[in-house]
Amino acid sequence: MQNEKSSKDYDVIIVGSGAGGGMATKILSEAGLSIAVVEAGPHFDPSDPEQRTQLKWPWESPRRGAGSKTRPFGDFDACYGGWEIEGEPYTHTPGTKFDWWRAHMLGGRTNHWGRISLRFGPRDFKHKSYDGLGEDWPISYDDVKPYYDKVDKLIGVFGSKENLPNEPDGFFLPPPKPRLHELYFIEGSKKAGVPVIPGRLSMVTKRINKDRGVCFYCGQCNRGCSVYADFSAGTCLIFPAQKSGGQIDLFVNSMVREVNTDDEGHAKGVTYINKEDRMEYELKGKVVVLAASACSSARILLNSKSKQHPDGLGNSSGMIGKYLHDSTGASRDAFMPKLMDRDIYNEDGVGGMHIYTPWWLDNKKLDFPRGYHLEMWGGMDMPSYGFGFDPNELNVHIGKRVGGYGNQLRDDVKKFYGSVVGMSGRGECIARENNYCEIDPDVVDEYGIPVLRFNYTWTDYERNQARHMHNTFEEIFDAMGATVLGEKPGKENDFGLAAPGRIIHEVGTTRMGNDPSKSVVNSFEQLHDARNVFVVDGGPFVSQADKNPTWTILALSWRTCDHIIDQLKKQNI
Amino acid sequence: MDRRKTIKSMLVGGLAGPLLVAGCVPEVDDKKIVIRDTMGLYGRTPKEKEHDAKVMATSIFSEHELATITVLCDLILPATSSAVSATQAGVPEFISFIVMDIPDHQLPLRGGMMWLDHRSKKLFGKVFMMCTTEQQKHLLDEIAWPEHSSPEVAQGVAFCSLIRNLVLTGYYTSKEGLKDLAYQGNVANIWDGVPSDVLAKHNLSYDPAWLAKCVDQSKRDLMAEWDAEGNLIS
Repeated sequence: MQNEKSSKDYDVIIVGSGAGGGMATKILSEAGLSIAVVEAGPHFDPSDPEQRTQLKWPWESPRRGAGSKTRPFGDFDACYGGWEIEGEPYTHTPGTKFDWWRAHMLGGRTNHWGRISLRFGPRDFKHKSYDGLGEDWPISYDDVKPYYDKVDKLIGVFGSKENLPNEPDGFFLPPPKPRLHELYFIEGSKKAGVPVIPGRLSMVTKRINKDRGVCFYCGQCNRGCSVYADFSAGTCLIFPAQKSGGQIDLFVNSMVREVNTDDEGHAKGVTYINKEDRMEYELKGKVVVLAASACSSARILLNSKSKQHPDGLGNSSGMIGKYLHDSTGASRDAFMPKLMDRDIYNEDGVGGMHIYTPWWLDNKKLDFPRGYHLEMWGGMDMPSYGFGFDPNELNVHIGKRVGGYGNQLRDDVKKFYGSVVGMSGRGECIARENNYCEIDPDVVDEYGIPVLRFNYTWTDYERNQARHMHNTFEEIFDAMGATVLGEKPGKENDFGLAAPGRIIHEVGTTRMGNDPSKSVVNSFEQLHDARNVFVVDGGPFVSQADKNPTWTILALSWRTCDHIIDQLKKQNI
Repeated sequence: MDRRKTIKSMLVGGLAGPLLVAGCVPEVDDKKIVIRDTMGLYGRTPKEKEHDAKVMATSIFSEHELATITVLCDLILPATSSAVSATQAGVPEFISFIVMDIPDHQLPLRGGMMWLDHRSKKLFGKVFMMCTTEQQKHLLDEIAWPEHSSPEVAQGVAFCSLIRNLVLTGYYTSKEGLKDLAYQGNVANIWDGVPSDVLAKHNLSYDPAWLAKCVDQSKRDLMAEWDAEGNLIS
């Protein structure tokens, strides 16, 4: 196959346009550098009438918002991709499991994510020093704090000053008031001895700049916001960078196959496949920044084999793909008799929780080493496919008959509307070398690119943590007067622990460290083996924390970009 | 400049060469949230449009099956003095679509209707839709209450649950169903806490210390500013 080469020589080629790639696009273009952004999916703008799903009614979807092959999280979800993408398989080592979510679109997964925007705390960077497990990061909270501060001010995150030791405060916008079910959660948690604080999410509850609107409380952040009042990498980073005149060429529907290197082993550009004509093209650049997602960036590096990098670019340590880890997760629903026969009003709020519980216990007294946070939900949500299924099954809890037909069902639907609440735990697992992704020697995708094979298992640390989550759920539900629904999961189903990958926080595949034999990138996310290649997605994470990774990806990407600019000025790269 | 057209003309796929996408992001003013008229559009990709068109162009139901579904729809959710029936809310059309989109429903639904006609012929000597309303209700009474049905109609109970689920979900995701539910959301608004009468009814109140941290909606449009310690000062 012939390779079409572009004559242009970019200062920086950025692969991927999510949190890490979006931030890199903004910071590097504003420094006056010429940028190529190579994105595997199409352009996406939530304000484009052709693409907008916000404020659509359920009946505007013929499947009434049901999930489908192309929208596993529902027909209005602003994510092109999912667990399975036609033509782009991945495989597993027998007996192991990992569900891999990919978003192929400008802005990546930031278009539909939960916007929970938590800083890692001082202990999260040095957890091995605290409990002897995993590895410490080569950087500390103090190295990242200035960037967290800048991210807060640039993008906007609501929250409250709480002075908790491992949950650093930031430059917060004011949080929204709790909803009714959230007041019950606060009350119940207090009784159960579990602290609750205002949520920390990246919706703009107060004006942050002239280009973005202020939240109008439709509760649909997962659909993307047409006035840009929540964070997504397209609306908050890439579009502003374009608007301020950045030299940015956007290559969409372009799937990077590998990073090309010169005789000295330095990157000289990338090869990508245009999905529309299925031809290969080359781009030239002085610096390559990978931000394709932890596993996709690992895949690109492992597929970038050359004489100088026979095991894949940056893989002299053999560490690429190793230490893959996802957050742990478990969830439970409950029925709140006090929330029956509700007064109907609009309580959409922001697209997520107005309250949450950061980790509050001491693991040294528990049978699992790392913490989790709690998320709570409930409310009078907009009906979509599935609403009205088993319309009166809750009758069993109030001594009434289940089933029937006729207009009695209308009364039942109204009686129970908004009376079910739920909780999720999201926790940290220990990164382990034997949880990894690698190149499957036998399988390629429809573009001929060798695919990833996953090998991931949980340990009793995570199972015990999930068991503890369920105990906590029950304590809080009991204290708030709610009836827990369903069977409590037991040992036979890992105490309800979600399958690896399901929480969509995969990190660790190109981990950061000072020792090139044990890590892939240095503390500036720069490959030990090629100084002009950087990784700014979740790959460099040494450990996950019980926090959602996005805010840390953004802060580290900004920090790395400052380093790239500095190194280019000094002509070191 | 028509931003959308501009972007479209500039984004011609992943062709090599400079494709500078100029910044044409609209200024937004949240005091006037104008949602452009996009009837008929709900953010489909070309591939999704193709799939939807294909699904909509096909139907698996015979005329008899559709007629049976229609009868069942209005037995499950008849009209009231203030709300339309399931048929009037377009539920049969929804069911016709969804069984093509989620094919797993096809067999239990079509087989279930055959079961229903069989049972009906056994009891009344004619298929379900030819029965009187009284006879139809007699049959539904046998299968609509899972905990109070005899084992010999267990398959009918499963069918009844499925059709009831589809009718209810089709109804309460329709315009008419949301009206019946008195649903208030999905509009631009400013959330400023639980209405005070609702709080009183639930014997709940906001903790003043918590409330002090929350957004002052009268200042939502003032540009955020902080002191060096991160305290909001605007």
